[in-house]
Amino acid sequence: MATTGQGGSGIEVEGLVREFKNGPRAVDGIDLQVAAGEIYGFLGPNGAGKSTTVLMLTTLLPPTAGTARVAGFDIVAEGPLVRSSIGAALQEAALDPLLSAREHMRLQTALHGLGKGERQARGQELLERVGLSQAADRRVGGYSGGMKRRLDLALALAHRPRILFLDEPTTGLDIQSRTALWEEVSRLAVDEGVTVFLTTQYLEEADALAGRVGIIDHGRIVAEGTPAALKAEIGRPTVEAVPQEPADRDRLAAVLERFGASAAASPRAAAARLDGGESQLAEVVRALDSEGIAIETLQLHTPSLDDVFLAKTGRSLEGAGDAEEPGAEAEAVGAT
Amino acid sequence: MIRTLRQPAQIVPALVFPMFLLAVNSGGLRDTTDLPGFPTDSYLTFALAVPFVQGAIFSVMNTGTDLARDIETGFLNRLALTPLRGAALLSGLLAGAVALGLLQAATYLTVGLVAGAELTTGFAGALVLVALSVSITVAFGTLGLFAALRSGSGEAVQSLFPVFFVFLFISAMALPLDLIQTDWFRAVATANPVTYLLEAFRSLLFEGWDLGALALGFGIALAVLAVGMTAATGALKTRMVRT
Repeated sequence: MATTGQGGSGIEVEGLVREFKNGPRAVDGIDLQVAAGEIYGFLGPNGAGKSTTVLMLTTLLPPTAGTARVAGFDIVAEGPLVRSSIGAALQEAALDPLLSAREHMRLQTALHGLGKGERQARGQELLERVGLSQAADRRVGGYSGGMKRRLDLALALAHRPRILFLDEPTTGLDIQSRTALWEEVSRLAVDEGVTVFLTTQYLEEADALAGRVGIIDHGRIVAEGTPAALKAEIGRPTVEAVPQEPADRDRLAAVLERFGASAAASPRAAAARLDGGESQLAEVVRALDSEGIAIETLQLHTPSLDDVFLAKTGRSLEGAGDAEEPGAEAEAVGAT
Repeated sequence: MIRTLRQPAQIVPALVFPMFLLAVNSGGLRDTTDLPGFPTDSYLTFALAVPFVQGAIFSVMNTGTDLARDIETGFLNRLALTPLRGAALLSGLLAGAVALGLLQAATYLTVGLVAGAELTTGFAGALVLVALSVSITVAFGTLGLFAALRSGSGEAVQSLFPVFFVFLFISAMALPLDLIQTDWFRAVATANPVTYLLEAFRSLLFEGWDLGALALGFGIALAVLAVGMTAATGALKTRMVRT
């Protein structure tokens, strides 16, 4: 059963560093705090340092420098206590294709020391919760990616951990499986007060799930806050329009500039940041109409987390990934 | 153990391949028993010791490949996050080797006896023979675990198969030590521990109770087990880096 130390069910990280032999610092001095019951999204491209951070916080990789307490326990000095307090679903669903879901559950509950009577009940409860009770006796080698992910999550919850680490839990899943997993993770945080540390490279996942987001790039946290605050921080929405007649482009740009500074747009279009926010859109349309400018398309862009990433790093999150995190695979237990 | 028994691709070759080689060798080398000083008039009985060692070599591949898969899929990570101790993990993995060792020994012995091989030491000898076979299978299995933990790759483990087979071929596999005429080959076979594993099996099959040969056979199995387990435990500590 999960235990917690004096720090409760949160995560506190100070100056955490992981340096690999002959490589760069995969994690370069990060500080963060996650409160009990919070869903914290750790967003960044491939190779940013997300998985290395998770491996350190789950005690599977010793840090080079810095300190971290998980559930109140020091990740270096109190590894076994940390492990008994957390559940983790790492990047690939870590399952044995030759065993069934029920056998996995039996093994997991036994290894965590649940009593014989409790094992079966807990296993059945979790399999039902993730919708796998019908397939529980089939070998997982024949499961779909979504089923494997759901089983992985159920196994991570076997010993009722107070903190759950999910390393890119929905990578490669279809939208239906992804949504189902999001619902379950939200339910865990809201109904059961489980603290969730979630890494992702999907903007919409961080936006939909996380109460707070930390954006990591090249091993450093470049921005942190609620998704709304981060988006508000980088600016106002942008309106972009394409005139029906290309000759009207300059007139269009002049009209848009009445509402805010011009912004980058595609070659046929003109764009401006709306000083007054989204509510000015109706005024923009009226102004264009009164000037007699026929419009082919008109779009309102609200800032996304990708815009936040772009503003903080000068690159777009899409396609910003490096190669795999240096050494993380080699140095941990087949770290995935 | 469950997953070992669920992999026909591991079990079938370990049962069929040694029996096939036994059939070929005992048929092709039957006249070898005419050599002066050959210890038995049944080459089948003489050659029946070989499958038990071949089976143990399969154990290197099977235990190693299973563990390498656990590393590759991240399943070992899952185990590392539980309170499971390293020694318990290795022992659990070797349970499959015990099951396979029992199945192999029973199959080889039954097939050999049905084909006409002798078993001078009777039922008690059969039990000791099975025990020796399981001991060697488990001992060799630890070498597979070590290879998997060091390399983390199933392919790397499988590449060991020919290496172990070479050890079998440069032993007293086809002839008793004292009938090997080529000096260098006799010297190599004399130094090769596999020779003494074969002699322990042969003592039970056609020589009668030879405590010295049995002690040497079990002793070698124990030594390989100790070395393999120590090496695998060390490699597991490196691989299972947890604070």
